[in-house]
Order: sequence, then C-alpha cells, then structure tokens
Amino acid sequence: MWTEFRKEHAWQIKEFFFTLRLLGRNPSAVAGFVIIFIMVWMALFAAWLSPYDPIHISLQERLSSPSSAHLFGTDEVGRDILSRIMYGARISLRIGVLVILIAGGCGAIIGAISGYLGQRIDNLIMRVMDVILSFPPLVLAMALAAALGPSLNNAILAVAFVMIPKFARMVRGEALAVKEKQFIAAARASGAKSLWIILHHILPNCFSSVIILATLILGETILIAASLSFIGLGAQPPTPEWGAMVSVGRKFLMDQWWYATFPGLFILMTVIGFNIFGDALRDILDPRIRR
Amino acid sequence: MDEPLLQMKNLSVRFFTYQGVVRALENVDLTIQRGEIMGLVGETGCGKSVLARSILRLIADPPGKIMGGEVFFKGEDILKVSRKRLREIRGNDISMIFQEPMSSLNPVFTVGNQMQEVVILHQKVNSLQAKDICIQMLQQVKMPDPEQILSKYPHELSGGMRQRVMIAMELSCRPDLLIADEPTTALDVTVQGQVLTILDDLVRRLGVSVLFISHDLGVIAQLCDRVSVMYAGKIVERAPVWDLFAAPKHPYTHGLLQAIPSVDEERDPLLVIAGTVPGLIQPPEGCRFHPRCYRRFEPCDHVVPHFREDKKNHFVACHLYGDE
Repeated sequence: MWTEFRKEHAWQIKEFFFTLRLLGRNPSAVAGFVIIFIMVWMALFAAWLSPYDPIHISLQERLSSPSSAHLFGTDEVGRDILSRIMYGARISLRIGVLVILIAGGCGAIIGAISGYLGQRIDNLIMRVMDVILSFPPLVLAMALAAALGPSLNNAILAVAFVMIPKFARMVRGEALAVKEKQFIAAARASGAKSLWIILHHILPNCFSSVIILATLILGETILIAASLSFIGLGAQPPTPEWGAMVSVGRKFLMDQWWYATFPGLFILMTVIGFNIFGDALRDILDPRIRR
Repeated sequence: MDEPLLQMKNLSVRFFTYQGVVRALENVDLTIQRGEIMGLVGETGCGKSVLARSILRLIADPPGKIMGGEVFFKGEDILKVSRKRLREIRGNDISMIFQEPMSSLNPVFTVGNQMQEVVILHQKVNSLQAKDICIQMLQQVKMPDPEQILSKYPHELSGGMRQRVMIAMELSCRPDLLIADEPTTALDVTVQGQVLTILDDLVRRLGVSVLFISHDLGVIAQLCDRVSVMYAGKIVERAPVWDLFAAPKHPYTHGLLQAIPSVDEERDPLLVIAGTVPGLIQPPEGCRFHPRCYRRFEPCDHVVPHFREDKKNHFVACHLYGDE
C-alpha cells in the first residue's frame, strides 16, 4: 500500500521535499522557524526546563530583581517569572494558534463564499461582518466570553469570533478580484460547481494574503486574550499566561521593570517569529516566485 | 436531413446597465451540424462572445439576461434544463476555449493538477489513469515532453503552449461541441498557424463540432465549413465558406472582405467601412447596418430585413435580395 501511495503521489512527495529544501535555504524562514521551535519546545518541556514551580508562592522573595537565582526576577507574590513564562508558552501559543486557525478558517470560507456568490448573499454576510466590526473588539470578546462562562476555551472561541470579520473582509476582496479571472469562467464552462470553484480556485489564490494577515493578527490575538485573562474571563489565575502577566506587571512598571518586560518580550518574539516565517512561507508557496 | 447538433432559435440577450438596456443579441438563429466547424465573424463588440457564452448560460446575471429563445442541444433546450443537468452538459457535452490563454489556467496549480482534475471529475477514473489520459492528450496537441509539462505551472509556459494545454484539456472529455472564442487572437501569427493546424487536425479526427469565433477572416477561411457573419447583435449572412468568400451578398460582408489587406494586389488605399459599430443601447431602426451601408435605399431605415435563403444554403438579411 505504501509503495502504491508513493507511486501515485510521487510528484506531491517530491514537491513537499522541494519546499522543505527551499525553506532551509531561506534565512528568514530559518530564523522564524528557530524562534517558533524554541517557543514550542519551551511549552512542551516546561516541566523539565523551568527552574521553579510556576505557582509556588514565596512571599520573602516578592518583586526581587533579576539575579542568578531568578533570571527574570519574581512577581508580586514571589513566583519565578522565567518559570511562569515557560509554562505560559503553553497557554499563549495555544490561544494564538487556535484562534488563528478558527478565525482564519471560518473567515476565509465566509469571505470566499461572500465574494464569489455576490449579490444578496454577499450583502447579507458583509453587513453581519460590519456589525461585528462595529464593536470594539475587546468589548465584544469580553461580552461573549462572559456569556459563555469564564474559561480558557471559551475565551479562545470569543476572540476567534471577533477576528473572523477581518479575514472575511480581506478574502472577500481577493475573491472579487479572482472570480473575474478567466480560469474561473473556464472552470464553470467545464461544469464545476460553485463550491468546487470556491475551494479549488478562489481559496488557494487568496492563501498568501491569509497567511500574512494571520501572522499580523497573532500578536493582537494574544493581547486580547490576555486582557480577557486580566479581567478574569480567560486563563484563570494562578495559571501563568503571558498577556495576563503583562497586564498585572504594568502596575509595577515604574519600579519593577522586569515584571512586564520579559513576558512582553516573549510575546514580541513569538509574533516576530510567526511573522517572518509566514512571510517566507508565502514567498515559497507562491508558484510564481518559486521557480 | 439529420437533426442538427445545436439549434439556436430566436435567442435574445440583453444587459441591463445604468446607461440603459444593451440589446446584445436580437433574435439570433444558429445551427451547427454534427462534425461541422461553424465560423462566426464580426467586428469587436457585435455580440460574438455573448452568443458563445449564452450557449452554456455563462452570461453574468445581473446585468445580463437571456430574454427569450431556445437553444436545443441534441433535442434538449439548454436554457430550460436544471442546474445539475447544465453542469453535466458543460464539459461533458459542450466545452469552451477562451480568448486569453494567459489567464485561462489557475496560476497556483500545476498544469497536470488542473488537467487531471477535469479528467477525474468527468470520466470517473483514478489519478494514475487520469495522468495517462492527460499525457495522451498533450501528445495529440503536439506538446513536446508531455510528462514534463504536467508538472509545470502555467506561468512557465508560453501563450501558444498554454492554449494547446487548454485545447487538450477541453477535448480530453470528448465533447460533442467545442466553442472556441477567439482562441488564437492573443497569439502571434506563427504560433497561431500552429495552434489552428493542431485544432483542425484533432477536431476532424475526433469528429467534434466546433463553433469557431474570430474576427480574422483568413483564419475562418482556413478552418471553417460554414460561416455566419454577425453585425450589431444580429446574424446578417450565413453561407458555406467558399460561397461567402466568392460571392458575398450582404454589403457588410462585402465591406469586410474588401478591408483585408492584400500583398499581391495593388489596392491603395485600403477600403474601409465608414463609421463605427453602433451602440447597442439604441441600435439604428430598420436594418442595423443602414447608416454605414453604401447601397442603402428606401426601406432600409425603417423595415427590419428578414433572414432569407437567397441561394441554396446561402442566407442573408438584406433588402437588396428578395422581393419585399
């Protein structure tokens, strides 16, 4: 069976390895990949890597500055910030990646349907999206998260919902341009269904901008999720989460700079990592630049 | 006589725009016999592409609307069939090649991917069999190294190659009718000849009927069996290709033939038809050609000429012929 599979998909397999080789040759792809890899690795092996228990309170050491014992210092109840960042990677990456997958997937499909079918359906969908966009994202996410009940998964759903219109709008715009191309007419002339055209012709042509938007939105996502945690609707304390740490640490910024700075730096690194990796991936996957 | 493969009766198509109603096609009749190559000539904007697209109901609605008429294909009115049946007809029975080979292929998939997709969908085969069929078809359109071509992206091929891929793709499902909407207009002359030869050869071999649209009379003469001449949304003359070229009847056809530049005749300056194609929002009364016609007389500006058979198989819509 395996040999048959290999024979039938020989070309796809070749192309896959070709993509990997191109990625390896592209410096920003490698840099982005290294950053993402470090974050994921940290998240997976936090239990072994972290020097302390992330929720262990030691009041004698509260708000101590970075030292050899506590590399990134400690917070207001004496928990080690480095350990909390390591465990926090689990939560923050999960939020970021899940939100982007849900929002990007739903948004792209909604946008493509809207743009391709046009007319009344387009109007209806876009007005609904406008309604969602008319709320401040944080307020809407907050209301949704509150309605669903405070938990991390509900917060993810709430943030994803708020992000859908951004993807939908952009993909709709792209779909409007792509659907006028002649290969769409050619596909219709060969008897393709609307759904087939949306999945096989519209969406793949919008793929590159979706990747870019996803990497850009990732940072915002982590921050909104953090704000939700801050008011008690996202990750529940004492669960370490980067955004929540930044939010709390903000109060101490004047005197204890390390509290908010280090988690903030990790959010920044993650965003940059995904961003440059996404950018390189887009270039490599675009057949017009590929060869 | 046999039942024709395609029979279009009284087809009218209009576009509803803010400027007014564009009468793109008015009462057009057209028949295509089995195995025949029918040419359709006319100036830019006279409705050739609209006619081609309305056969497959590919007119964008809105703004376009098929107002009336019938298009019988193997005895079935395409304008009335269900959407499901229409999808079966598209590709399986009738397929279409477009003007622009540059944008007829999806840029993000390889040629092989797209060809196989069509073959798998229409012929219910697995991907390995589909690949063989694709290679065979590419060989038939004289593509060098077909296996290599399959793994290429559209932007890596030249215009002529892309158009040949399109021909291979559209013919791979063995349709009964191929609609070719100016397939060679975007190609340069040498490649044009090549593509036409391949198309001609393949179509005759497979016994496919073709509706070949072009504004190039030379191409029409080389390829077609019969020709229909279109002017401002109407068909004004129809005849077997040599009759038309030898003895054009309608003044418009006459003018078209006069306007072909020729190398071996001293004809200086080139004759042109005065004026331009009328706007189709308010087309001229009577015969639509009369403002530009050098032989117009009394009835032309208010009586619409009928499309009549003047000689055997030679139809014309002009007051100069007949006794009206």
